[in-house]
Amino acid sequence: MNLDVQTTIAWIQKLNDKIQSNKDHLTSLDRAIGDGDHGINMARGFQEVSKVIEGAEFSSPSDVLKKVATTVMSKVGGASGPLYGTAFLKMSMANKEETVDGDGLAGMLEEALAGIKQRGKAEKGEKTMVDVWEPVVEAMNEEFDSGRLREVAQSSMEATEELKATKGRAAYLKDRSIGHLDPGSVSSFYLFEAMAEALEESE
Amino acid sequence: MKKLINDPNDIVTEMLDGFVAAYPNAVRRVPDTTVIVRKDSPVENKVGLISGGGSGHEPAHAGFVGHGMLDAAVAGEVFTSPTPDQVFEAIKAVDSGAGVLLVIKNYTGDVMNFEMAAELAEAEGIKVDHVVVNDDVAVEDSSFTTGRRGVAGTVFVHKIAGALAAEGASLEEVKAVAEKVIHNVKTMGMALKPCIMPASGEPGFELAEDEMEIGIGIHGEPGSETKKMASANEIVDELMEHVLPELELSGSDEVAVMVNGMGATPAMELYVLNKRVQEQLSEKGIGVHETFVGDYMTALEMAGFSITLLKVDDELKKLLDAPSKAPAFLK
Ligand SMILES: Nc1ncnc2c1ncn2[C@@H]1O[C@H](COP(=O)(O)OP(=O)(O)O)[C@@H](O)[C@H]1O
Ligand SMILES: [Mg+2]
Repeated sequence: MNLDVQTTIAWIQKLNDKIQSNKDHLTSLDRAIGDGDHGINMARGFQEVSKVIEGAEFSSPSDVLKKVATTVMSKVGGASGPLYGTAFLKMSMANKEETVDGDGLAGMLEEALAGIKQRGKAEKGEKTMVDVWEPVVEAMNEEFDSGRLREVAQSSMEATEELKATKGRAAYLKDRSIGHLDPGSVSSFYLFEAMAEALEESE
Repeated sequence: MKKLINDPNDIVTEMLDGFVAAYPNAVRRVPDTTVIVRKDSPVENKVGLISGGGSGHEPAHAGFVGHGMLDAAVAGEVFTSPTPDQVFEAIKAVDSGAGVLLVIKNYTGDVMNFEMAAELAEAEGIKVDHVVVNDDVAVEDSSFTTGRRGVAGTVFVHKIAGALAAEGASLEEVKAVAEKVIHNVKTMGMALKPCIMPASGEPGFELAEDEMEIGIGIHGEPGSETKKMASANEIVDELMEHVLPELELSGSDEVAVMVNGMGATPAMELYVLNKRVQEQLSEKGIGVHETFVGDYMTALEMAGFSITLLKVDDELKKLLDAPSKAPAFLK
């Protein structure tokens, strides 16, 4: 399970593909418990990310992720822009090797989670993307494995349906937020699913 | 969806260009940004006052740029907070060395994007501070959650902090008066009809013909409660029941009132609503310093309104009365 420049680019392009094809899904999830722009924000931002990394020269995964971070920060907006921007920036700072191994990957994700929590001040259980990131980081710290990554990301994303939101816009709905998936958790699942696929295909 | 637009992707930038074209002597657009500034920015020896947020709230926020009010307004995509680089451009454009105050409405996205911009500015040695407006009493006031939203009461923060900044006050003083307004301003709103996001063509919630949404924000999101439709007086009474106790007013107190249309409410209905608001206040012996009726902080074509009450003392009254050349708040 190693991440090199090629695999990082493949990961981000796969993520963009998933966001573009699920743009309406993300938006309608956000319409139910937010303001109906999550898919639009993510699609606008990652379209641009995909464009700027295509054909560009990079020396390390860190290099790619830094470019992703700055583009996300200036193109996504809303709550998800600063949060994903911070996550990618922390990942790029966490490990500067040319090829990042499983332990390195777990370390990167851990730093990203810390960044998301510091920026958004949410803890686990508040119906935000933290509810996907934290279980994923815990599982990957035991052992980095792409199959397990996908599994944990999916089950924790699905588990947000039953949560009551206390952070983000969905918090305004109080009990009315229960019974809906958290849009940012679903886009975070795409991020991890894309990562797992890219790593598996590179083997 | 039936809207007077071209490509939905161009809506914000076309709106900004059209706005500048309407007030070419008062404002300009910082090139290649979504930032509108006073034409004479940066103003020497004056604290720069910046606000902004998602678009779709017109005349907020660009309409409040002008002498005596804001120095800059940063526009995001429709209902989406602007990004840190855009806010940073605004900070650079208005900073004259006296410092810059950011007026942020309390939404997770706005707070994070504006804070990141402040960090960028501080790294370049610009003095920046911020206040967070949270006047919407429909949401529970809690430090464990996201807390209350910033809505129409923000306009009073712009006006009063802008007036003090125009007098040459320091960043600390401007911030203090902004916080005083925030502490004394409360709002609650309702909707008869949702608004439709230009990019998706979908309404934010559904309402039957005989239903209304109480406790809405300004982003077309569902409110705190869906109820059976009622008369104008009954609706005003219900909103006032939530707003009034928050201010702990007593007999000799005075307020400024804003009856704000959400974008598609006839002025006629706003005046009908205001009649009841004034009756309620006078019944309770509360004095009214000044009343504002109209569209100040909208949510696209949402039909509905909000009531804002600001408890005023001599200082706030004087600053509220001071001149303003902002196109949407001429005084
Ligand atoms: N404080 C927070 N911490 C972590 N994630 C958050 C926080 N607030 C919101 N989010 C995430 O952001 C998502 C919403 O993003 P988006 O719709 O793009 O922004 P906005 O809420 O500004 O409209 C939510 O579904 C949630 O997962
Ligand atoms: Mg949203």
